[in-house]
Amino acid sequence: MPKTEEEKGFVDIIDGRYKPRGKFHIIEKNQPIFNKDTGKLAGVTNPRDMTYIHSYGGEAPFFEGIGKGKLLATRCDNPKCDSIGSIFEPFRIYCPDCLRKATIVDITEKARNTAKIHSFIITHRSGAFNTLPKPIKFINVEFDEEVVTILMSVLVVGEPEIGKRVVPIFRTKDPTYTIMDLMFVLEGTPESELPEGFTF
Amino acid sequence: MIKFSDKQLKIPEMSKPVYLATVGMSKFDRAFPETRTEELCIQALTAAADFVNMTPTELKSFIHTAYYGHFADHFGDQLLGEAVIHDRLGLDPLGTIGVKTGGATGGSTMWEAIKAVASGYSDCALALGWERMDEVPTDEGNHLISCAADKDWETPLGHIYTGYYAVMAQRYWQIFGKAEDSFRKTMAEIAVKNRGYARMNPHAHGPMKITVEDVINSPVVAYPLRVLDCCLMSVGSACGIVCDEKTAYEITDKPLRIWIGAGSHTLRVADRRDMKIPLLPNEEPGQYDNLGKRFPGGDRYPGFSSFLAARIAAYYAYNMTGVVDPSEDLDVVELHDAFTISDIQTYEDIGIRPYGDGRDYIESGDAYVINPNTNKPGKLPSNPCGGLIGCMHAVGATGLMQIAEIGYHIWNRWDEIHEPEEKWKAFSREKPIDWTSLQVKGAKRGLAISHAGVGSHVTCTILMDPNHLIKED
Repeated sequence: MPKTEEEKGFVDIIDGRYKPRGKFHIIEKNQPIFNKDTGKLAGVTNPRDMTYIHSYGGEAPFFEGIGKGKLLATRCDNPKCDSIGSIFEPFRIYCPDCLRKATIVDITEKARNTAKIHSFIITHRSGAFNTLPKPIKFINVEFDEEVVTILMSVLVVGEPEIGKRVVPIFRTKDPTYTIMDLMFVLEGTPESELPEGFTF
Repeated sequence: MIKFSDKQLKIPEMSKPVYLATVGMSKFDRAFPETRTEELCIQALTAAADFVNMTPTELKSFIHTAYYGHFADHFGDQLLGEAVIHDRLGLDPLGTIGVKTGGATGGSTMWEAIKAVASGYSDCALALGWERMDEVPTDEGNHLISCAADKDWETPLGHIYTGYYAVMAQRYWQIFGKAEDSFRKTMAEIAVKNRGYARMNPHAHGPMKITVEDVINSPVVAYPLRVLDCCLMSVGSACGIVCDEKTAYEITDKPLRIWIGAGSHTLRVADRRDMKIPLLPNEEPGQYDNLGKRFPGGDRYPGFSSFLAARIAAYYAYNMTGVVDPSEDLDVVELHDAFTISDIQTYEDIGIRPYGDGRDYIESGDAYVINPNTNKPGKLPSNPCGGLIGCMHAVGATGLMQIAEIGYHIWNRWDEIHEPEEKWKAFSREKPIDWTSLQVKGAKRGLAISHAGVGSHVTCTILMDPNHLIKED
């Protein structure tokens, strides 16, 4: 059963500190585990309901950006670094080579014009807490040569194939502020086929 | 482009020779609903004592420090589980530390123990690992495993690690396997071989007598990977004890020399930038210039089709020991066959075959104890214990189980561990009527690869009979 508003936990930052409010855990009694063949006690269940509080730190602009329809990446602009000009997506706060802070760049248009499938996999399996519809079509997206990495995402409209062109879509209505706000569809997909809440 | 400095490529040196004195392991199974983890760890350490005709108390008296491999604390809901086991093994107040490097945890644990002895800090160190993945529902277990991927960029996508790994398999399958039926069959042969070998191993939890067709017709997990292409998820424990020369010979007349190399690569496959292929001693400059021509799309290295961490671990280990060509210089290997296709990728990463030609190791019959093409001993048998596909993958113990298995071959005591009727009975397992010895006859040198997930950590352990070293100290 989904939690009611009264059963949820929320967190704000006030004066530089986390301020939780609401309910963060609902206590559930443990249950004994018996061996049905011998009738003897073997153990107990330990049910637990927890919420982690997590900082995005310097990656926060990326996760805020996708909820607004923007694909932000970072670029090393250090003239003394061999990797100058390299664009990183996944977004890296610092260049992995010179460890200088990288520049945030908007690659939304680059993604629309150059993204294609590098690899993919279709699976009917998932773990607990999955919210993606199954089968899940994982794709790895390569961009033009400036982008030196290959982004993992999911294809939500169309069938994946290595080399096929794809375009990003963004959950701009009620964003989750997670990577789930960024997905891909095959190039040419009409807006009417996008999942609820997503736009190009 | 990743570049290495000379200092980074320095061949590791140990200030004194390190020896493997004894090893042990527990029964492995999918679940032990009525057994605590410490009971399995005590089984492993007791087996190591039995192996050198000592009581556990006698063997423990040599141990100076202890290194524990246990990857998934969150499965057991017990932080500092290492302290629990250390206490239950009765090793307090000796110094101890926990090691966690995903699927490579077992190998990494041995890496730490070897360094402790090589440095002179300890004359004798215990490396012991275990894993306990049976105490959560399967879908929650899948979620917990997916936490080994990047929590912001990958885990929310399905909470299923297989998906993050299988994209690598897909790329190798299409580029290097060319999606050919014959390549699919070669993948299946690995599953048939390893599950078949597991039938001869009383410790193994996934023995099966199957055919290529059984593998190819098994349910799809993530195409091209099917259920029978995938490793087991196990519970159990394994250990090894390493020593300096003097201590090793106090424990046993026949200790083995041991070395280890370690490598790493990004947690997210996404971050792997194109680079030049680092060469192993049996490869030549320019050898891979036409790789992209032979396999269109295969020119990005390591891309999604190779494991740089495995290559670097092998680079260090081969150069430490004088191994030039693993097929010529080694007699038996235990590889991290998490999936049939990743096994093939590893053949290339560690130089058993050149990049692009991994499948030939299976197709030639070299990887078998008895080559099915010639009915003669295989050139370099792999995974006679059944590997991760047939024997077990109890993450923190796996790398140590592999080292133990290589040791049994070089000690020429493989049968003693795998044959006795009493052990099969004690493990409530039926010994097959066609039980066959898989002892690699005359084995003097071997290798074990311990590998984490998409290749974030890899260790390469090499064992040798001290009378058959390639490179003198």
